Amino acid sequence: MSAADSTALAGRAPIDGGRLVSTLGLLAGVGLLIVFVAAPLATIFIKSLQDDLGAYVGLANFAKYFSSAGLIQSIFNSVEIALVVTVLACLLAFGYAYALTRTCMPGRTLFRAIAMIPILAPSLLSAIALIYLFGNQGMIKGLLFGNSIYGPIGIVLGITFYVFPHVLMIMVTALSTADARLYEAAEAMCTSRWRAFWTITVPGARYGLISAGFVVFTLTITDFGVPKVIGGNFNVLATDIYKQVVGQQSFSMGAVVGLILLFPAIISFSVDRIVRRKQVAQLSARAVPYVPVPNKIRDRAFLAFCSLVAVFLIGIIGTAVFASLVTYWPYNLTLSLVHYDFNAIDPNGWASFTNSLEMAAWTAVIGTSVIFLGAYFVEKSDGLPFARGLLHMLAMIPMAVPGLVLGLAYVFFFSNPLNPLSGFYGTMAILVLSTVVHFYTVSHLSFVTALKQVDREFEAVSASLKVPAYKTMWRVHVPICLPLIIDVAIYLFLNAMTTVSAAVFLYAPDTKLASIAVLNMDDVGDQAPAAAMAIMIVLTSVCVKLVQVVVTGSLLRRTSVWRRRDGH
Amino acid sequence: MGTVAQTFGRIAGFAAVATLAIGIEAAAAREKITVYTAVEPEELTGFAEAFEADNPDYEIQWVRDSTGVITAKLLAEGENSPADIVWGLAATSLLMMADRGLLEGYAPAGVDKLSPALMDKQSPPRWVGQRAWVASLCVNTYEAEAKGLPMPASWQDLLKPVYKGHIVMPNPASSGTGFLDVSSWMQIWGEDMAWSYMDGLHENIGIYTHSGSAPCKMAGRGEYPIGVSFAYKGAQLKSDGAPVAVIAPSEGLGWDLESFGIMKTAKNKAGAKAFADWSVTEKANRMYNEAYAVVAMPGIAKPVENFPENIQDKMIDNDFGWAAENRKRILEEWEKRYGSKSAPK
Repeated sequence: MSAADSTALAGRAPIDGGRLVSTLGLLAGVGLLIVFVAAPLATIFIKSLQDDLGAYVGLANFAKYFSSAGLIQSIFNSVEIALVVTVLACLLAFGYAYALTRTCMPGRTLFRAIAMIPILAPSLLSAIALIYLFGNQGMIKGLLFGNSIYGPIGIVLGITFYVFPHVLMIMVTALSTADARLYEAAEAMCTSRWRAFWTITVPGARYGLISAGFVVFTLTITDFGVPKVIGGNFNVLATDIYKQVVGQQSFSMGAVVGLILLFPAIISFSVDRIVRRKQVAQLSARAVPYVPVPNKIRDRAFLAFCSLVAVFLIGIIGTAVFASLVTYWPYNLTLSLVHYDFNAIDPNGWASFTNSLEMAAWTAVIGTSVIFLGAYFVEKSDGLPFARGLLHMLAMIPMAVPGLVLGLAYVFFFSNPLNPLSGFYGTMAILVLSTVVHFYTVSHLSFVTALKQVDREFEAVSASLKVPAYKTMWRVHVPICLPLIIDVAIYLFLNAMTTVSAAVFLYAPDTKLASIAVLNMDDVGDQAPAAAMAIMIVLTSVCVKLVQVVVTGSLLRRTSVWRRRDGH
Repeated sequence: MGTVAQTFGRIAGFAAVATLAIGIEAAAAREKITVYTAVEPEELTGFAEAFEADNPDYEIQWVRDSTGVITAKLLAEGENSPADIVWGLAATSLLMMADRGLLEGYAPAGVDKLSPALMDKQSPPRWVGQRAWVASLCVNTYEAEAKGLPMPASWQDLLKPVYKGHIVMPNPASSGTGFLDVSSWMQIWGEDMAWSYMDGLHENIGIYTHSGSAPCKMAGRGEYPIGVSFAYKGAQLKSDGAPVAVIAPSEGLGWDLESFGIMKTAKNKAGAKAFADWSVTEKANRMYNEAYAVVAMPGIAKPVENFPENIQDKMIDNDFGWAAENRKRILEEWEKRYGSKSAPK
């Protein structure tokens, strides 16, 4: 009997409690994602066709939007900023990724770690640091040659810092999949390095480049923290949506801007999906991995380049630390912890920070379990192919939805008193839910990929031994995926600590988060305490990262005995 | 395998303990009063502690943002607002709310000791003034000297080309201070002249800020040497040692009353009334006076350190009714003219 037959037979066992569980689980997953992803988003469409009192007005809101010169200007401003950041960030990240993957530059591990720094901080931090560096009282404002940091220049620099690690990861992946045989052939034919670069390296990484380009474009156009802090009077779409909703409480206009923001995100998401599929197929099984050989001039040039980028990244964080410690910039430069006394300057004080910790912890625990189960049901349950497909599709949606739009959708959906779930509104639970949903897709995809690698024979064997599926999952899939489970939990935790976008519409007075406190304190001009709170977020992220290294190490040693050949 | 189960068991255990802890905390909680306010955040903890010390059964829950945001929020939420009481918000905004029937008339115990001019004319009053905040300029003396900027003495002085790019002002749509500036200029000069003044001022403005205190704080740091702000913030920064001068422009000063009013829809009406009663006491008024020179209870105000002299004499004869009626129209026009500056100066 072939393996396929045995799987089929086992799958069709007459009474299988496990199968019932997985069917119910699958349906529950679909139900949850419809309620927490699809339904809220649908309300945005509806809301954009209504006035603020809820009466249907057709396309009147859109007409109003497109007749306001100021709001139209924001679209051009946003696109302009996004294009500049895309070019700048892609060039920098490509060079940096090239240095990491294709050269023998010393300190590559260190440079890789440094490049990840921005992930640990809220995007507001870079903007605050840039003001200390290049503002009217900036330490090195001379480098701007009289231009103002408040506006396009500040936004571009701030967002480039924030998106750098995201682009870099895509570029590194793209450049890691080179086939050494092509370069050997090029060398054998005496092709110049320059020509080899343009005919082998760039085409080989082209999908990564396209994907990265679209990812940066979307991240830039939807980021809100940087333009809010440093944009001055330069309006962009992301700040417009905030002004409409928070400043003027015009939710229908907010919905219109939200839909406009959704456009680039959906396009970029679709391109990214197509491109990723192609890239997987690009590398044939017979490819030989490319191993760079030392080349003094090239390696030194890249060392210089990467050092420059690293100085920028460390400089931003360092400036923020400095800003939070200086007693009164720029007149009293003695260092003190006075700006960390949050209780003295804000009624929420340190509570915002502990709220963030609580929110991040719940997001990590609940998000990891739910997303893992969802991925498990998509990948491992038998039957109901339609439900599996639907669950997978629903899980893809969050990636295409900017945080601000998701937050607004949640406001519409959950604040409606007719909604039986309106009890969630204004609680910690809605912050956790929105954050889990916001970062669902990446976690889901990682789990699906990992679960795909677990042979389906496991289920077949355990089914034939009459072991229920959930036991198999607990004893086989969870331990095998444990390193990834921890990675995902950490990913969710870090994002929950730093996110502003969805939460800014959803927090209540007693659930204010640290990242929102940074925003509020900056709003009233308390820049140093804002920097201090941002640094608290960074410190937490660093600690969590360190714990991850330790825990992953020890857990792996204990649970992965089976991976070793000598162990019993 | 057991280790995995143990680990997850421990996580579940932590979660259970955490839930229990939250439950215990909730059981001991005092009754919450939800207060919408635009008072400067650093003052709020002090007010809450003082009130809660006198009323141990209640706990204040602040919802704080700039005047424009809180006003828009209250008007949009209307009868569904979770607010029990609006406290320390501009009288202009409370007038708009009273007009829409959102505020309940209530005469706090001891309200007769306050200046009748500083509260709603209806009896019982729907809103009661607490203290006045007054427009002022914050000028960074150190930077002004370094950049060769003369000290401005009047609003008109700010139009001089020498100040180009050196002035920062709050956006009147989000900031109550910004709005009282605009409305006072209109009341001093008439609307047409005020708009042409602002057209000129716009040329000299570096950026518009979200809040009314931010311009003064920026002036304090020298980020922009001149901030259009309010007297308290400048005086406070000066007392803290920042190189700022607080200047009261000669044409007159816009001002507004921080006031409170109880929501008709308050869920905790008893709590709201308790807070209203406390807010008219002499103790509360003395606290108001720590930062503001003009308070609702006559005869107790002492001069505030570093306030411009005779600031009361320069306060314009403010017509709150006019300001409230025209607020929406003025802000829309302002947004159209100056809201979308394509690039900062």
